[in-house]
Amino acid sequence: MAARKSTKKPNVSAEELKQYYRDMLLIRRFEEKAGQLYGMGLIGGFCHLYIGQEAVVVGLEATAEEGDKRITTYRDHGHMLACGMNPDGVMAELTGREGGYSRGKGGSMHMFSKEKDFYGGHGIVGANVPLGAGLAFADKYKGTDRVTFTYFGDGAANQGQVYETFNMAALWDLPVVFVIENNQYAMGTSQQRSTSTPEIYTRGDAFGIPGEAVDGMDVLAVRDAGQKAVKHCRAGKGPYILEIKTYRYRGHSMSDPAKYRTREEVQKMREEKDAIEHVRDLLLQGEHATEEDLKAIDKEIKDVVNASAEFAKESPEPDEAELWTDIYAETTPQKA
Amino acid sequence: MATEILMPALSPTMEEGTLAKWLVKEGDTVSAGDILAEIETDKATMEFEAVDEGTLGKILVAEGTEGVKVNTPIAVLLEEGESADDIDTAGASGAGAPASAEPEPEAAKGADTPAPARAAAPQAPAPDRSPDWPEGTETRNQTVREALNAAIAEELRRDDDVFLMGEEVAEYEGAYKITQGLLDEFGARRIIDTPITEHGFAGIGVGAAFGGLRPIVEFMTWNFAMQAIDQIINSAAKTLYMSGGQMGCPMVFRGPNGAAARVGAQHSQDYAAWYAHIPGLRVVQPYSASDYKGLFKSAVRDPNPVIFLENEILYGKSFEVPVMDDFTVPFGKARVWREGGDVTLVSFGIGMTYAMEAAEKLAEDGVQAEVIDLRTLRPMDTDTVVASVMKTNRCVTIEEGWPVASIGNHISAVLMSRAFDYLDAPVINCTGKDVPMPYAANLEKMALTSTDEVLEAVRQVTYR
Repeated sequence: MAARKSTKKPNVSAEELKQYYRDMLLIRRFEEKAGQLYGMGLIGGFCHLYIGQEAVVVGLEATAEEGDKRITTYRDHGHMLACGMNPDGVMAELTGREGGYSRGKGGSMHMFSKEKDFYGGHGIVGANVPLGAGLAFADKYKGTDRVTFTYFGDGAANQGQVYETFNMAALWDLPVVFVIENNQYAMGTSQQRSTSTPEIYTRGDAFGIPGEAVDGMDVLAVRDAGQKAVKHCRAGKGPYILEIKTYRYRGHSMSDPAKYRTREEVQKMREEKDAIEHVRDLLLQGEHATEEDLKAIDKEIKDVVNASAEFAKESPEPDEAELWTDIYAETTPQKA
Repeated sequence: MATEILMPALSPTMEEGTLAKWLVKEGDTVSAGDILAEIETDKATMEFEAVDEGTLGKILVAEGTEGVKVNTPIAVLLEEGESADDIDTAGASGAGAPASAEPEPEAAKGADTPAPARAAAPQAPAPDRSPDWPEGTETRNQTVREALNAAIAEELRRDDDVFLMGEEVAEYEGAYKITQGLLDEFGARRIIDTPITEHGFAGIGVGAAFGGLRPIVEFMTWNFAMQAIDQIINSAAKTLYMSGGQMGCPMVFRGPNGAAARVGAQHSQDYAAWYAHIPGLRVVQPYSASDYKGLFKSAVRDPNPVIFLENEILYGKSFEVPVMDDFTVPFGKARVWREGGDVTLVSFGIGMTYAMEAAEKLAEDGVQAEVIDLRTLRPMDTDTVVASVMKTNRCVTIEEGWPVASIGNHISAVLMSRAFDYLDAPVINCTGKDVPMPYAANLEKMALTSTDEVLEAVRQVTYR
């Protein structure tokens, strides 16, 4: 693993670095386990792994405060773990069990936690973008200074409703950070085959929304850009666009043979740009941690992930009565 | 301990596959992420990666083997210090308990019953027939437009979380003047003009509802809501279910629906059946001014997404509306406008104008029609319809929407399953014709249903 050249000393504490390492590793190990359970038939349907992209959510979650909201598309496991949702509940939702966040009724792509202000988990590419602006609208309407992180991919960035949303978000100064996770492939279509102008972060120009491109394989770069974006939104200056250049190591979903790119391309990213190895190097080179310390963290994460898999296997399937629940909310007494 | 490597499921539908090629051989050291084999699924050839590290002790399934069931052991991985001699295939621990490989047989799911099974023997239901307002209450003659405007204003006054957004709702005061005076009273924070961008603002409305507000989203007409229908169905209607009850979407989508007059194919469509099809939505299509008022107030207070289908032609019609501080009409309760024993006419929205006119003409000929206004299509008060048909033994449904998969089709099916033995004639559905709406005045008239068609249908079901 070649260490990346760094021209300046990173502005980060040892504790923060260790936390980022831990958070990113949790996502990676969790996703590897999910892939394994999928192979065993314990997880069904569509399952989109986040491996490779861990620095994006971990860097941005480092800038979030209590009450800030987040919403994303279907590659959502990493976002849930990063915002503090319980790995047991996420894994059990993947296996479609009662112990899952949606009691088994949502699945990999449709999970939510009101408690952690995680608003999904949406299966329709691009549809979560106006929803995120709507969450921001609600915060602004109520007079809070909370911010909504609205994540979507380079593929979703070609949906019309994204630009409808950019227009209204700018028009109404909505406190929303549009996070474009550009992993370079919209399913099997590379960015150059799908996108007329490759610099997606400039697409806010037409609406007066500032944007910038960020190295998504560097958690500190993501965090620093996130801080700037969040400050902008919290100050009431309206939306901000971050195009985070990242890379997914696995296929689009579990059933993707990934013939649209070479094995060497993936291997090169893994070897030269891996976000977890980057933080690992920073920890060791800065003498913030020893190999032994990191081994202990690895072990701790492995235990958490194994426990989540056990929980997800043992949790029963939802009761048959669940078929008919949660279709309609009960009428509640209204304000007089 | 030796670990079995199992045949993986590599697509949502894969039950077995071909082990096309091994890319490692016995004795090779592998680490997590290394490609072990190529496997052909029903869709593609996939590379299969190792998840654990170790030495490949034994290959159990040779390359080229077809029809290898998911979860069959295909190789054994040895940990440090183990040798191939340690392999005891029977004793090697699986990488986890395999899932039940055989899909459980599908139980007969009763696809023909729309709800949990009910008692087979038809029994006359006893629907709630209480009046909408107490006897003796003062009423006022109001147009639908005035009643709806008052309902919106009352709900905005009651709850600061309620706001209204849409095209031309604020400064222009509504393309159909439904929102007249609201900007003056409530200000630009709560009465919000949007750009012409239905998909976007419908989604923002849904997001705002997720965020705790109670949005009223106006579509200038429902025709334009087709641009936004993904947000209405996939985001608004399904999220409560998908979130296991954590997050609902308390909001109202409203606007004029159906044919107006001479606006042609793209501006003249009744969406009643479209939205009534969707679990998770409430669907309201009122006829009278009191229902516009009372049902709209219920819609704003309902914790679910409500589709409120209005009608431009009805906006100017006048009805008696009770003078009450807080008048609401519950969902799922039909209104019986006329009682009669000879035939049941079932309608809703503007279809009621044909039903009522036909009933008057029939009365002149001595035929007493019972006229039922469904008012809400989801939930639908089928009890009132069934109870009526058990009395009249004949039924005609009336709507302006298209005939295929119409509301009338649904009612016919309900009557067949719940009142078959009571029917003395097949149910007839009077609907709009199965054509896009033409512009020419004579053709447009033909494309809609009419009082004459209702009268003809009644003649047929009463064998006159």
